[in-house]
Amino acid sequence: MSTTAQNKSADNSPAKPKKLDIGRLLLEGRAFFALIAIIIFFSVMSPYYFTVNNFLIMSSHVAIFGLLALGMLLVILNGGIDLSVGSTLGLCGVFAGFLIQGVNIELLGITFYPSLWVVVVLTCALGAAVGCVNGILIAHFKVPAFVATLGTMYVARGIALLITNGLTYNKLDGKPELGNTGFEWLGFNRLAGIPISVIVLIIVALICGLVLSRTAFGRWLYASGGNESAANLSGVPVIRVKVVVYMISGICAALAGLVLASQLTSAGPTAGTTYELTAIAAVVIGGAALTGGRGTVRGTILGALVIGYLSDGLVIIGVSAYWQTVFTGTVIVLAVLLNSLQYSSKRNGR
Amino acid sequence: MSLAFNHSSDEPKSDVVLAARNIAKSFGNTHALKSVNFDVYHGQVTTLFGENGAGKSTLMKVLSGVIAPTSGDIILDGSPVLFNNANEARANGISIIHQELSLAPNMNVRDNIFMGREIISNGSVDFAEEERQTRELMAGLEEDIDPLTMVEELRLGQQQIIEIARAISQKSRILIMDEPTSALSATEVEVLFKVIHDLTSKGVSIVYISHHLEEALLITDHAVVLRDGTMTAYAPRKDIDLEWIVRNMVGENFDLGSPPEGYQFGDVALKIDDLVISDPNGADFNVVDKLSLEVKAGEIVCVYGLMGAGRSEFMECVAGRLNAQSGTILLGNEDISKLTIAERINVGLALVPEDRQKDGLVQTMSVGQNLSLASISDFTKKLFTSINSENSLVRQSIKAVTVKTSSADAAIGSLSGGNQQKVVIGKMLATNPRVLLLDEPSRGIDIGAKAEVFKLLSERAKDGLAVIYSTSEVAECLSIAHRIIVMHKGQISAEFDSTVSKEKIMAASGESVAH
Repeated sequence: MSTTAQNKSADNSPAKPKKLDIGRLLLEGRAFFALIAIIIFFSVMSPYYFTVNNFLIMSSHVAIFGLLALGMLLVILNGGIDLSVGSTLGLCGVFAGFLIQGVNIELLGITFYPSLWVVVVLTCALGAAVGCVNGILIAHFKVPAFVATLGTMYVARGIALLITNGLTYNKLDGKPELGNTGFEWLGFNRLAGIPISVIVLIIVALICGLVLSRTAFGRWLYASGGNESAANLSGVPVIRVKVVVYMISGICAALAGLVLASQLTSAGPTAGTTYELTAIAAVVIGGAALTGGRGTVRGTILGALVIGYLSDGLVIIGVSAYWQTVFTGTVIVLAVLLNSLQYSSKRNGR
Repeated sequence: MSLAFNHSSDEPKSDVVLAARNIAKSFGNTHALKSVNFDVYHGQVTTLFGENGAGKSTLMKVLSGVIAPTSGDIILDGSPVLFNNANEARANGISIIHQELSLAPNMNVRDNIFMGREIISNGSVDFAEEERQTRELMAGLEEDIDPLTMVEELRLGQQQIIEIARAISQKSRILIMDEPTSALSATEVEVLFKVIHDLTSKGVSIVYISHHLEEALLITDHAVVLRDGTMTAYAPRKDIDLEWIVRNMVGENFDLGSPPEGYQFGDVALKIDDLVISDPNGADFNVVDKLSLEVKAGEIVCVYGLMGAGRSEFMECVAGRLNAQSGTILLGNEDISKLTIAERINVGLALVPEDRQKDGLVQTMSVGQNLSLASISDFTKKLFTSINSENSLVRQSIKAVTVKTSSADAAIGSLSGGNQQKVVIGKMLATNPRVLLLDEPSRGIDIGAKAEVFKLLSERAKDGLAVIYSTSEVAECLSIAHRIIVMHKGQISAEFDSTVSKEKIMAASGESVAH
C-alpha cells in the first residue's frame, strides 16, 4: 500500500534515539507480533490450525468484525465512539431479510421482490441513515457521542425486533422465478479460493486506507480528531466531517450485516449483539488512541485478526467458552496498557 | 545576578526565609528558566517583574512545588529542601494563588475554601465551623459573599477573592500571589493591599507578581526583574522607580526594530463598521461595542489592551469563529460577515489564534501536516492529495517562516515554543491571505523568535499584506505597528501613530493610573 508512509507519519514520531529502536519496534509493531505469537502458539497446539482452509474460515469470521472495526476506526480517529454498530448490523440484516422475503404493498395488492442489488443498496442506505442520525445528534446538537450512539443502539435493536416481531427470517436464498437468488454468494462463495466476505473486507480496507492517507477528507479527519478547535480555525468543516464519519460507520455496519445474514442464510433481530465492543477492541489493539487523531487501517485490520484468530484458536484447542472471554479481555487490557505506554513515552521524549 | 548575592550577604542571614539558587527549568528544547537566584525576606513583599514568557510563573511553580526544577536548589530557613508536590510545599508553609483560578465552580464558597482540609469533628465534617471561619475570612476581605453561594454564580473578581481567601486561611508563612489583581476592581485591590499589609506585619512573607507596575510599586519592598528566564536586576524599593523596571524588563540593548518603511499603503483591505459582539458566555453585555476599523494593504495595525478588553473576541469574530450581533466586515469590497471560517480563509482572511496549543496546533500531526492543514485544497487534484505538491508547499513554508525542525515529519511537540508559533503563522500564511490577524502571537516565545516573527511580518506587509496584531505589551506596539489602536472595555479608546510614548498607550488602556 503506497499509503503506509502517510499513515505512519500521522501515527508515529520519527525514529529518534538508536538505542530505543528494538523496544520501539516491538512496541509499535505489537499487534503484528501478537498475531505471529498467536499463530505459532495454536499451530503447535493443534494440527488443524495451520492449514489454508482453517485460515480462510477464520478470516471469513474476521471479515464481520473487521468491517465494523474499520468504521469504528474512522469514528475513533475523529475522537468519537459508535456503540450502535452492533445493533445497526442486526437491523440491516433484518431489513435485508425483510426485502428478500418480499415487500407486501397492500394498497396496490401486490408483493414486491426487489433484486439483490437493490437489496444491497437499500440496506447500505439504511446503515448510512442510522449513522446520519448519530452524526447529526453529535455534531449539530452536541450530544456526547457515547450517549447518542447508546440511544441509537437501543432504538435500532428495538426496530429490528419490531420488524420481525422477535422472530428470525430464514431461507434467504430467494426464488429463481422471482429473480432474487444468490444472497448466499456473499457469505459462502469464493473467488480464486478466497471467501467473498474477505474480499469485501480487503476492498473496504483499501478504500479506507486511501481515503485516510490521500484525500483531503482523511486529513480533515485526523486533524479534527487531534484538535477540533485548531482544525476548525484552519478551515476544516469539522461538523460535516463528523456527520460523514458516522455515516461511513453505519454503512460498514450494514455491509457486515449483509455478510453475516448471508453466512447464516438467516437474519435474526438479535444478531450482532455486543459486536460493537469487539470492534472497539480491534481498533484499540491496532494502536489507535481513544482520544482521537492516532490510528491506522493497517493496525485495525491486525487488531481484528488478533481477536478473531485468538478466539477461533481457543475454540479449536477446546478451551471452554468462559475462558475465551477471560483471554479476550486480558488481551484488550494489555493492548490499552501498551497504547498508553507508547503515547506517554512520546510525551516524555519531547 | 550578582546583585542578589551582594544584597543577601549584606543583610542578616535570618532575614531570608526562602531562597532559590541557580534554578533552571527546561521543557524539552524550551529553557523557561536559566539559573535564577531569588530571595524572599521575612515579613516583606518581594515583587517579580517581567514580560509574558519571562519565566515568572514557572519560577513560582518551582518555589511552590508544583513543578520540579531541572537543576538548582530551593533553600528554606537556611537548609535545602526538595518539594515533590504542592502539598509538601504547603506543609512547609508555602502556598500559592495561581494566575488561573483553581476553584470547583460546582461547589460553594465554604467547600472550596476548605477543599482537602475539611474540619473534622466526631468523624464528620464540621460545616458550621467551616462556615463561621469562611464568614470571618470574607469580613477580613470586606467582601459580602455568603459562604453557601455556588462559586459559579460569582463574578470573576469575586472568585479571585475566594482564591485569595483560601490561601490566607492556610496560614502560610510564605504566600505566593501570581497576578492576584487581574480581575479585581480598584476598591477590591485596595482591600487586598490592606490585607497584604496585615499579613506582612504578622510576619508572613509575600511573593507578588503583577503586570500592573505602578500598582505593584505601591506595596513592594523588593523588586526582582526577570527577562527570558534570567534574573536581570534586583533592588530594594527605595532604589527603584517605574522607569527602572521597564528598562530592565524590556532590555535596553535589544531592539525589536521599527515598523517597515519606504512604501505606500494600498487600498483599504479590511473595513469593519459598528461591530457589536455579545458576551460568548451569555452575560448581558457586549464584549465588543460598536467598533469600527479600517486597515489598508501593507499596513500593520496593533491592537493594544489589557486582558478582557475584547481583543480576542474581536479577532475571533472577524475570523468567523464568533458570531457578530450586528455590524459589517468588508474584505476589499466583499461582505464576509456571513461566511464560514473556511470561506473567509478562501477569500483571503486568516487568523493566528491566541492559544497555540488549544487552537493552533494539532499535536497528533507532524510539523509538515500542521503547516499544510489550512491549504489542503491547494494540493488536492480531483479526489486525491498530491504528495509532491504537498511536500513542496511544506518545504516553502518551513523556509518562509524559518522553522527550525529536524524534518517535516518531526512531531510538532519536539519544536520549541517559538518554532511552534512560527508553524501556526506559516500555516495561515500558506493560504496566501490578504489580511492576517494575529492574536498575541508573541506569548511565551523568546525575544529572538519574536524578532524573527516581526521581520517576517514586515516583509509580508511590504508585499501588501494587511496585518492586525493584538498584544498586551507596549514595547511590541512601538516596534512593529504603523498605527496603534487601544481597546478598553470593547471600544477603541485611543488611536496613535508609531511616534507615541509608552505611557500614553498605557494610560489609554486604563492600565497605569495609580490610585
